[in-house]
Amino acid sequence: MKNKYSALSLIKNAFTNNKNWKPAIKNAEPKKSYDAIIVGGGGHGLATAFYLAKNHGIKNIAVVEKGWIGGGNTARNTTIVRSNYLWTEASLLYEKSLKLWEGLSREINFNVMFSQRGVYNLGHTLQDMRDIERRVSANRLNGIDAEVVNAEQIKKEIPYINTSSSARYPILGASLQKRAGVARHDAVAWGFARAASDLGVDIIQQCEVTDIIKSNNQIHGIETSKGRIESNKVGLVVAGHASVLAAMANLRLPLESHPLQAYVSEPLKPVLDTVVMSNAVHGYISQSDKGELVIGAGIDPYIGYGQKGSFCTIEHCMQAIMELFPYFSRVRMLRQWGGIVDVSPDACPIISKTPINGLYLNCGWGTGGFKATPGSGWVFAHTLANDEPHQLNAPFSLERFSTGALIDEHGAAAVAH
Amino acid sequence: MQKNRIDQISEINKDKLLNFTFNGKKMQGYQGDTLASALLANDIKIVGRSFKYHRPRGIVASGAEEPNAIFQIGSGAKTEAGLKATQVDLYDGLIATSKKGWPSINFDIAIINDWMSKAFGAGFYYKTFMYPAKFWKFYEFFLRKLSGFGSAPDQKDPDNYDHKNIHCDLLIVGAGPAGLMSALCAVQTGAKVVIVDEKDRFGGKLLSSSEKINNIPAPEWAKNTQAILENSPNVTCLKRSTAFGYYDYNFITVCQHFKNHNLNQVKQRLWRVRAKQVILAQGAFERPLVFSNNDRPGVMLASAVSEYVKRFAVLPGRNIAVFTNNDSAYQTAIDLKQAGISDLVIIDSRKNNNSNAYLDVSSLAIEVKFNTAVINVRGNKHVDSIDLASINEATGIHDKEITQRKCDLLVYSGGWSPAVHLHSQSGGKNEWSNDLHCFIPIKSNQECESVGSCNGKWSLKDCLEDGLKKTKIILTNLEFDTPDVPLPEVEEKKYFSISPLWRVKSDIEPELIPKQFIDFQNDTSVTDIFLAVREGYENIEHVKRYTALGFGTDQGKLGNINGMAILGEVLGKPINEIGTTTFRPAYTPVSFGVCAGQDIGKFFDPIRKTAIHDFHDRLNVPFELVGQWLRPWYFPRSKETLYASVHRESLATRNSLGMMDASTLGKIDVRGKDAIAFLERIYTHDIANMSIGKCAYGLILGEDGMIKDDGVMARLDENHFYITTTTGGAATVLSWLEQWLQTEWPELDVYLTSLTDQLSTIVLAGPNSRKLLQKMGAKGIDSDELPFMHTAKTSINDLDVDIFRVSFSGELAFEVNVNSNSALSLWQAFMEHGKEYNITPYGTETMHVLRAEKGFIIVGQDTDGSVSPVDAGLGWMLSKNKDFIGKRSLTRKDSNKKNRKQLVGLYSVDKKSVVSEGSQLIKNKNKDKDNPVPMFGHVSSSYFSPILNQPIALALLENGRDRYDERLVAVSSDENEIEVIVTNPCFYDSKGERQNV
Amino acid sequence: MLLINCPWCGERDETEFSYGGEAGIVRPENPEILSDEEWGDYLFMRKNTKGVFTEQWNHSSGCRQWFLVKRDTVTYKIIDSYKFDRSDSENKGSK
Repeated sequence: MKNKYSALSLIKNAFTNNKNWKPAIKNAEPKKSYDAIIVGGGGHGLATAFYLAKNHGIKNIAVVEKGWIGGGNTARNTTIVRSNYLWTEASLLYEKSLKLWEGLSREINFNVMFSQRGVYNLGHTLQDMRDIERRVSANRLNGIDAEVVNAEQIKKEIPYINTSSSARYPILGASLQKRAGVARHDAVAWGFARAASDLGVDIIQQCEVTDIIKSNNQIHGIETSKGRIESNKVGLVVAGHASVLAAMANLRLPLESHPLQAYVSEPLKPVLDTVVMSNAVHGYISQSDKGELVIGAGIDPYIGYGQKGSFCTIEHCMQAIMELFPYFSRVRMLRQWGGIVDVSPDACPIISKTPINGLYLNCGWGTGGFKATPGSGWVFAHTLANDEPHQLNAPFSLERFSTGALIDEHGAAAVAH
Repeated sequence: MQKNRIDQISEINKDKLLNFTFNGKKMQGYQGDTLASALLANDIKIVGRSFKYHRPRGIVASGAEEPNAIFQIGSGAKTEAGLKATQVDLYDGLIATSKKGWPSINFDIAIINDWMSKAFGAGFYYKTFMYPAKFWKFYEFFLRKLSGFGSAPDQKDPDNYDHKNIHCDLLIVGAGPAGLMSALCAVQTGAKVVIVDEKDRFGGKLLSSSEKINNIPAPEWAKNTQAILENSPNVTCLKRSTAFGYYDYNFITVCQHFKNHNLNQVKQRLWRVRAKQVILAQGAFERPLVFSNNDRPGVMLASAVSEYVKRFAVLPGRNIAVFTNNDSAYQTAIDLKQAGISDLVIIDSRKNNNSNAYLDVSSLAIEVKFNTAVINVRGNKHVDSIDLASINEATGIHDKEITQRKCDLLVYSGGWSPAVHLHSQSGGKNEWSNDLHCFIPIKSNQECESVGSCNGKWSLKDCLEDGLKKTKIILTNLEFDTPDVPLPEVEEKKYFSISPLWRVKSDIEPELIPKQFIDFQNDTSVTDIFLAVREGYENIEHVKRYTALGFGTDQGKLGNINGMAILGEVLGKPINEIGTTTFRPAYTPVSFGVCAGQDIGKFFDPIRKTAIHDFHDRLNVPFELVGQWLRPWYFPRSKETLYASVHRESLATRNSLGMMDASTLGKIDVRGKDAIAFLERIYTHDIANMSIGKCAYGLILGEDGMIKDDGVMARLDENHFYITTTTGGAATVLSWLEQWLQTEWPELDVYLTSLTDQLSTIVLAGPNSRKLLQKMGAKGIDSDELPFMHTAKTSINDLDVDIFRVSFSGELAFEVNVNSNSALSLWQAFMEHGKEYNITPYGTETMHVLRAEKGFIIVGQDTDGSVSPVDAGLGWMLSKNKDFIGKRSLTRKDSNKKNRKQLVGLYSVDKKSVVSEGSQLIKNKNKDKDNPVPMFGHVSSSYFSPILNQPIALALLENGRDRYDERLVAVSSDENEIEVIVTNPCFYDSKGERQNV
Repeated sequence: MLLINCPWCGERDETEFSYGGEAGIVRPENPEILSDEEWGDYLFMRKNTKGVFTEQWNHSSGCRQWFLVKRDTVTYKIIDSYKFDRSDSENKGSK
C-alpha cells in the first residue's frame, strides 16, 4: 500500500511535522465511462468497490455519492456487529461478514476498531427463551459461536443491569455471542474508501444521480449532477433511498423507508463492557471507547426521509433503558439523531440482480446493515462481477417476494396463547 | 479565603455563606454563586485536563459553552457526572470532583501525550493499534480508562421525574432583553404565554449590564419585568428551564430543574410544549480567539469575565490583558477598570478604531494597542505572560518582533455567534453575514421567529426593538389585538464593530509553533484541520468527525465557528461555502431520568390482570407474562416444583376435573347484516353453513398465507357471531379486522366490539366437568342438548353464563363466559362445589401439556410467521368454495415446494429425556463436526406427558409427514443430543372420543 | 412529533394514532387469476414515496377510525387529512 499506516509511520511523520501524509480520501471527477458504477458511497458501496477491485480484478470502477462518503446510515448507526441470526441463510451471510470484520483493520490497513466485546440479546418471556434456544442451537450447528446464559451470569458480567425478578420485564436469560461487538463507524467508510482508491477506484462525492439510463432492458449508465457517466453495470447501494433510485429504473421495491433514531450520553468512565440488546423492551446499548453510552431506539412507525423522528420514540427508548439499567437515570443525553432505514417485509436484505440487465440492488437492510458492511460488499461484488449471486446471497433475491421464499427474521416475535 | 471576591454590588447574597468541597478541599462561596464563580472566587486555576494531551485547563466561560470545568457532583446514589460548573448553582455541602488527570489535575502524568502530540494528531488511532489483531482489546482497555468526565451512580436513582404537557399561544425561549420585551408585549393581550430561561432568574445578559432601561439599571428592569410576568395569570414562567429540543409541529421539549428539591418532590420536569408560535431569544455565544497556547488556565472569554465581575463580584485576575477583534470586549475592559484594575491593556487586532467604544475606554485612560495580536501565552499551568506582535496589514501575518507582557489573566473576544441551535433543529436555515461575521437565522421552517442577539442584534436597543416588533406581528397574526406597548427608553450604545481574526497567522507553519486550539475539550487545534484537509477530509462533516471538532459536551458552542472559518482558509473557500454541521437535540445535556419520566418500573407497560387474579395471587402462584397479561403458570401445592405441579394438574384434569382461568383470550362480538360475508373473507373455513349455536375452530391467515391467529368462533344468531383470538393477538387482530372493514370493505354492514374485559372465561375440563355444571344448576348441557362444538346460554348460581362446549385439552370441556364482575365468585363457587371431583386449578404450563398431547398448535410457539395451514397439518380447514385472506399465497411457488417444514410429533427414544424447546433436528449424532451441520427443523414444544408417562414434543420438520418413524437427533444449545422418533403430532386419543362424550 | 388532524376528533398528538402505510393498495377482485408476480406486487411492492404521499392512519387511542393523510415524507408536513368516503379520496386499500 502506498501510504501504509502503522505506529512507525506515525512517528516518522511526526518528525516531518505530519506534512507527508497522503490523502486517505481522494476526490475524483467522473470519467466518461466505467466498467462498473456503484451508486452510494456508504460503507456497503465502498466495500463493494473495494472487493470488486481486489477479488475480481475490475479496476475501472466509480463510486458515486450524493453527499459525503459515509454520511448516511454508516455515520448514524449504533455500530453493533454480530452474526447470531435465526435462519441459516441469514446467519451464514452475517457470519461471512463477521469473519471479514475480524481481519478488516489489517486487510485495509485502517484501524476500524472492531471490538469483540460480546453481544447479549436478552429474553424476557418464556417464548423469548424458546426463541433464544432455537437461535443459539442453530448458530452452533452453523459453526457460529453462541451460547445461552442465565440471569445470574448476565448480572455477573454486567453489574449495572437490572436482573430483579420484580422488573416489569424481568430478564430471564440471554443469548451471548462473544465474537460479536462494535466497531468505529466512520473508520469503516474511510478505510474502505482509502483502500479502494489505492486500487484505482474513483470516489466521486457531491454527485447526485438524477436518472438511470437504460434501453432494451439493459443498463447503460447514469445521469448525475456532474453529467452522464456510462457503464453497463450499475449497483445501487443507497440505504434509505433504494426506492427512489429504483423508481428511476421503473422498479418498485418491497421497502418502506422509516426514521431510525439513536442517541449518546455524555462520556462516562467505563461502566458497560459489552453490548446489550433487547427486542421486548426495545433498546440497544453499548459504551463507546470515548465513554459515551450509545443507544438505539426502535423505528418511528411512519415513512420518513427526513433523517429525524419523533420525540416520543426517544422517550419510549429512555423508558426501556431505565427498565434495563435503572442506575443510568442520572446520566445525561448529549445528542440524538436520526437516519433512514429501508425496511423489508421479512427483515432481510435484498442483494440481487433485477429484471433489468446490468442493474443490481443491495438494499433493505432495515436497522441492521452496519454489521454486514464487509460481507455485503463481498457478496455484492461477486454478484456484479459474475452477473450471478454468490451462494451466500442467492436466497436474498428480489424474486423471493413473488415466490414467497421469505426469510422471516422477525422470527417468532409473536406472542400468543 | 475567597481571594478573588471583590466588594461591589452584585447578585450574590454575602449574608449567606455556603460551604463546599472541590477535589476534597474545603471552600466557601455565597448564595447566588455558581460553582464556577465560587471556584474563581477561591482562585482555583486548574479545573481539569484535556482529553487527548492532558493539558491543564481552567474556566473559560460562564454558561453552556464551558468546555473545561466539568465535574462529578455529589456522591452515592445522587451523584451526577459531567456537570458544567457554570451551570451548577452552589449549595451548602456541594461536593465537586474532577475526574480528569492522574494522580491529580495539578500533576497529570499523561501530560507526556502533550510532549508527543505530533504523533497524536487528528485520527492517529485509525493508523495504529492494528497489530497484533488480538491486542486491540488491550489497547482499548487503556483508551477507555482515560475517557469520561465522571461515573454513573451504582445505585438506583432516589429522585423522581415527571412530564407535563402544555399548549400555548406563544412560547418564548430565553428571558434576556429580547425575550423579556417580547413577553412584556404579549402579557397585555391575554395570550397564553410560556417563557423559559436556563438561569434561576430572568434577565440574561441584563444581569451583568451597566446600561439603563427607562432610566432604571438593567438588572433592576429585569427584576421588575420578571415580577410583572410572574403576576400575570396568562404567563407560565419557567426558570432553571432549558428548551433542549425543537421537533416538528412546534413541539418543544423543556427540562426544568427544581432547586433544593427533597426526596418526595420532583427533581426535574420535562415540559412537552406545543406552541402556536415560538419566539427564540436565546442570545449569542462569544467566540474565543485562536493563537498559540490559547488554552492555558487564565485565558477567559471577555463576556464571561464581565459576568463574573458584575454578577458575582469575582475578579479572577489583577494584571489583565484584553485581546479582541471587536468592540464588545471594550465593555469588559471598562467593567474591569471600574472594578479597580489598573494594570489593564486592550490588544486589538484591528488597524484602528474610532468607535464609541474606543472613546469610552480612552476617557477611562485604558491603554489600547491596535494592530497587535497575542501570539503566544507563556506559563505552564497558568498564564504568566503573553507574547505580542504587530500584524502585517497586507498579509495578516504577525511580525517577527515580539514584545512580552506580564499578566495573570488574558481576556479575549473573537466576536459573537447567535445561538441558532433551536432554529436549526426546527428545520430553519442559516446564512453567513459578511457584515456581522456570523451565521444568522433566515427562513424558519416552522412557526417561529428569532429575535435579539440570536438574530444578530447586538445592542440593547436593537434587541428590545426586535423583540417588540416581531411579537406585535405574531400576536396580530394570532388574532389578538395588537398591544400598544412602547419601546423603552435606552441609551444607544453601539459596541459592535468587528474585523474578523480567525487565527493568529505566523510565517512559521502551524506544526512548528505551540498549538493553537479550536476545540478545547477534544484538543482539536489548527494543525488538525490542516492535517485533515491534507488527507482528503475536506467536507466539514468529515473534518468534524476526523478531528472531533465539536464533539465535546459543549457540542461545539465555543469552537465550531472558528473551526469552520479556519477550514475555509485552508481550502481557500469563503465560510459560507463550508456550511454548518447539523444541530441536534439536546441543546444542553438532559438526564435519561427526565426523558423517561414516570413511565418506568411497573408503569413501563401496563400490567393486565384477570378478574380472577386475586384468587391466584392469594395462592402466590408463579405468573407467566403473556403480552401484557399475567397468567398463572402453575398452581404449586406447598413446595411443589413446576414438574410435580404440572404432573398433578394434568392427571387431575384427564382423570376428573381441571379448571383454568382463560379470561385473557381475546373476545370479539361481530354483528351486522354482512357479518357472514365479512367472516367468510377472514376465516379459512366456510361460515355460511354454520347453524345457529354452532362453534368452529377458526384460523386467520395473513395475506401472505401464513398462520396469523386462531381461536374459536360461534354463531349466536342469524347475523351475530362471537370470536376469540389468542391472548397476545387480541388487540392486533381487532384492529386488523377494523382496518379491512373500514379501508377495504366499507360497504359491509358489520360492527366489531371487544368483549375481552367485559367477559371472563373459566374453562372446566375433564370427565366430571359436566357433572359439576349440572350440579350447580346449568340446564341444557347434556350431550344431546349441547353436542361438542356448540354453545348455549344458561345460568349457574343465578348468574347468566354462555357455555361453549369446545376443548383445547381433548377432554370433555366447557368454556364458561361470565360477566367479569361475577367471575371471581363463580370461580370460587366452582372450587367449592368441585371439591367432590377433586377440582384442580391449572395454569398455562398444564394447558400447554394437555394441548400438546393432542397435537394442537399454539400460534407464536409452534408457528413463527413462516408456517402455512398446510404445514401445520390444518389443510383440511381451507375452504375450496370461496376466497379468503391469504388464500392466493398458498399457491405460490414456495408454498408448494417439496421440502417445506411440517408439524410432527416426536418421542424420545429413551422415553426419559425431555428435549429442550428450540433444539434443532439433525440426521445423526454430531460425531465429526462438519460445519455447517444440516438442520431439518426445530422443536417448538416439548414436555413430559404425565398421562403417557413419557416425553413428547412437537416440531417443524422438513417433509415431516413423510418421515414418521424416522430417527433423528435433537441438539440443544448446550450440545445435549437426544435421539427422537418422528410421529404423528396427536399423541393421545387420536379418535377424539374423550371430548365427544 | 406529528400533530395529526383526525377528521372526527380534530388535532391530536401523534401518540394517539397508529400507522397503516401506503393508501390505495386495493385488494384484487380475483386473486386466483393473478400470476405469482402480480400477487407479489400487491402483497409487497410499495411506492415508498419521497415527497407527498397518501397514507392511512388510525386514531387507535381515540375514535378508532381509519382515515387518510396526505403528508410530505421529507418535511413531515401534513397537507390534508380526510375520511375514506370523500369523493376525491383514494378510498380503498388495506394490506
